[in-house]
Amino acid sequence: MLRDITLGQYFPGHSPVHRMDPRTKILLTIGYIVVLFIAEGVAAYAAVLVFLGTAMVVSRINPKVAMKGMKPLIFVIVVTAILNLFYTQGDELFSFWIFTITKQGLVTAIFMVVRIILLITGTFLLTYTTSPILLTDGIERLLTPLKRIKVPAHELAMMMTIALRFIPTLIEETDKIMSAQKARGADFESGNIFQRAKALVPLLVPLFISAFRRADELAVAMECRCYRGGEGRTRLRVLRFSRVDAYGAAAFVLLVAAVVLFDLFGIGVIS
Amino acid sequence: MSILRCENLTHIYGKGTPFEHVALDSVSFAMERGEFVALIGHTGSGKSTLIQHLNGLLKPDGGAVYFDEKNIWDEKSDVRKVRFKVGLVFQYPEYQLFEETVGKDIAFGPKNMGLAEDELKERVREAASFVGIDEELLEKSPFELSGGQRRRVAIAGIIAMRPEALILDEPTAGLDPRGRDEILSRIAEYRSNTGSAVLLVTHSMEDAARYAERLVVMNGAHVFMQGTPAEVFSRAEELQSAGLAVPQITRVCMRLRELGVDIDPATYTVEEAVRQLTRLKNGAAGGVPNA
Repeated sequence: MLRDITLGQYFPGHSPVHRMDPRTKILLTIGYIVVLFIAEGVAAYAAVLVFLGTAMVVSRINPKVAMKGMKPLIFVIVVTAILNLFYTQGDELFSFWIFTITKQGLVTAIFMVVRIILLITGTFLLTYTTSPILLTDGIERLLTPLKRIKVPAHELAMMMTIALRFIPTLIEETDKIMSAQKARGADFESGNIFQRAKALVPLLVPLFISAFRRADELAVAMECRCYRGGEGRTRLRVLRFSRVDAYGAAAFVLLVAAVVLFDLFGIGVIS
Repeated sequence: MSILRCENLTHIYGKGTPFEHVALDSVSFAMERGEFVALIGHTGSGKSTLIQHLNGLLKPDGGAVYFDEKNIWDEKSDVRKVRFKVGLVFQYPEYQLFEETVGKDIAFGPKNMGLAEDELKERVREAASFVGIDEELLEKSPFELSGGQRRRVAIAGIIAMRPEALILDEPTAGLDPRGRDEILSRIAEYRSNTGSAVLLVTHSMEDAARYAERLVVMNGAHVFMQGTPAEVFSRAEELQSAGLAVPQITRVCMRLRELGVDIDPATYTVEEAVRQLTRLKNGAAGGVPNA
């Protein structure tokens, strides 16, 4: 049951989006989020949708899979929609009892929902097409200039890599300890919230101890292979920008231009 | 009447996904009251999956498990009670210790059974003495103990529930020869004192031959063979085809037999081999080659 986590999962592939440099992808994702928030009006959103749709098609990610990642967030989307629907002031469309729905409320709610869906799908595309290792590599390289102001870029990236690497291991470990304590009659499923929290002690204590033990062993193993931080370290896979990155950047520039133009001239903006 | 029995037990991991894997394919076997059975098989043969069905940790995808001739999944509320009667010691059980003191950790199982305080104390003392943990250690933190001691404490935690069947998944993995003998002989002693049935999962043919009355050999999600050690070890070639070895002493006896010595090739303990060889030497009837 713990294994069914799709959020942030990587789907291996060889599409142009997969082959794109992780640095480009990270920067494009950040840029994409910014564009999403300056976009106003139907036309601008359509431009974003076209951009995202093209990226999805090119990446050959199954849309069904992408939808599956959305599931845990449906609650957030619904709540946002409801809040916007009822709490926006403006021209009244219709009302009943204490609820009033305004034209502006309806428009904002729809825009908010579309915005959240575009935001989530766009950021998921990054993790769907980039392996965790490449992702941290990219982050490390992007943070490198900050080393001058004493940001430990390499150490941060290494910590992220190790954390990602150990998630499956810890899940497996949790399963094992849970079974072992259940064999001694531990009950994780019933009781009120306090009893349940207390029932977690026999699970969490061994889990923490084993995590510390693993960390210790890993540190020794790394030192045995002469690891001593990022200083002077070279890489097996050197990140290089290629033509795909140029295409990606060009497409993004087009998107920005379109959104800014639509915003400036108020094309497709509903007032 | 058998204490534990499974019938056509089937278990499939990740059913309906591309990672589908049949771990047990209609496995049937039974264990009598007070019997010492060894479950043998190489890694991935389904041993661990099988034993997790016997105390209801895993639910069968097909077939059924009977404890005391009652299907353990008949009424959902009964499964937890079955866990107190079928004690399961996992591999490397020392990693599941969590309490502040050894005594409290041993008492975790019995406490979940809802026993009273003085009954708990009695059980903890009894279980600790079964596994050879001194009473003064009961007040210590489990993390102050040695690896071997910790493992014995973890086993005591199961024994304290006074299970009618005790299942141990490779209880000697990673221990030195002395720690190994100590644990196995304590388990054998526990069984003869309490009459509890024991199922020992092991890789070691020597351990299986020495302690078990009956062997169950698993291979590729099936029960490959079962019978007394003599029966099983007389089929050495089939065992080898399943990637398993016979005990060293059996191999020696088989080779002696090939060389013309009149010895039972299915001999599986050193003591028995010595007895037969001494008889041959004294009787001089078989004609031992010049050695």
